[in-house]
Amino acid sequence: MSMKASTRQVDGVTVVDLSGRITLGEGSVVLREAVRDLLSKGNKKILVNLADVNYIDSSGIGELVSAFTTVRNQQGELKLLNLTKKVHDLLQITKLYTVFDVKDDEAAAIKSFN
Amino acid sequence: MTVKQVSYTLNSTLETINSAEEQASRVAAAAGFSEDDAMSIAMAVREAACNAVVHGNAYDPGKKVTLAFEQDDKNLTISVRDQGKGVDVDSIPDPLAPENLLKQSGRGIFLMRSLMDEVRISPSETGTEVKLIKHFHGNAGDFQEASQ
Repeated sequence: MSMKASTRQVDGVTVVDLSGRITLGEGSVVLREAVRDLLSKGNKKILVNLADVNYIDSSGIGELVSAFTTVRNQQGELKLLNLTKKVHDLLQITKLYTVFDVKDDEAAAIKSFN
Repeated sequence: MTVKQVSYTLNSTLETINSAEEQASRVAAAAGFSEDDAMSIAMAVREAACNAVVHGNAYDPGKKVTLAFEQDDKNLTISVRDQGKGVDVDSIPDPLAPENLLKQSGRGIFLMRSLMDEVRISPSETGTEVKLIKHFHGNAGDFQEASQ
């Protein structure tokens, strides 16, 4: 299953709903282009909803890291929402869980940007 | 002791990475591993196949990836071999070091080691072979049914 990305605006925050697999190839490209597109439009408060992402490989992890640093370098913020257990475990063992700001409640996550 | 083996020769493409992962998932499940273990094995094989295609063979259509499964009474061993220049494992930075945490790449071998019981990497001038080993903790099944 390839990855899909859709965006919505909530109180000045762009929520990116991802579904599928973030892996080398199409999945990583979809995420990269979604973040690039948002930044080009001046959307710098980005909440990436991973509730429907049940698989991520090392390339996908790298793409999340790249998205995080790209947004931060443009004085923006990128946070993660609703990690599945597999993705949570992968971020734990790679020590990235503490690097990312990870949320499990969308309303609280939206408020945390302001 | 019974030893079962099967191997495949694959092109250096993204499709190979996906098919290696899918084949590993089927083989691990048929060999009797739990769903979680089968997923870990498949993920590790994906990482090894990715390294073989992207870094080892650099997508060279003239170079192949060999994927081999071997099952005995104690272990499932998956070998992924490329035809590249041979990886210098010592040159790969520790992905958990604070200065490397935000690097985009360099986590593949670390993930393989995290997901498998043993990982043996044998580089040579004619390519790199990665052996991924998972021990059986219960009764082994027959993976050859899944590799047909």
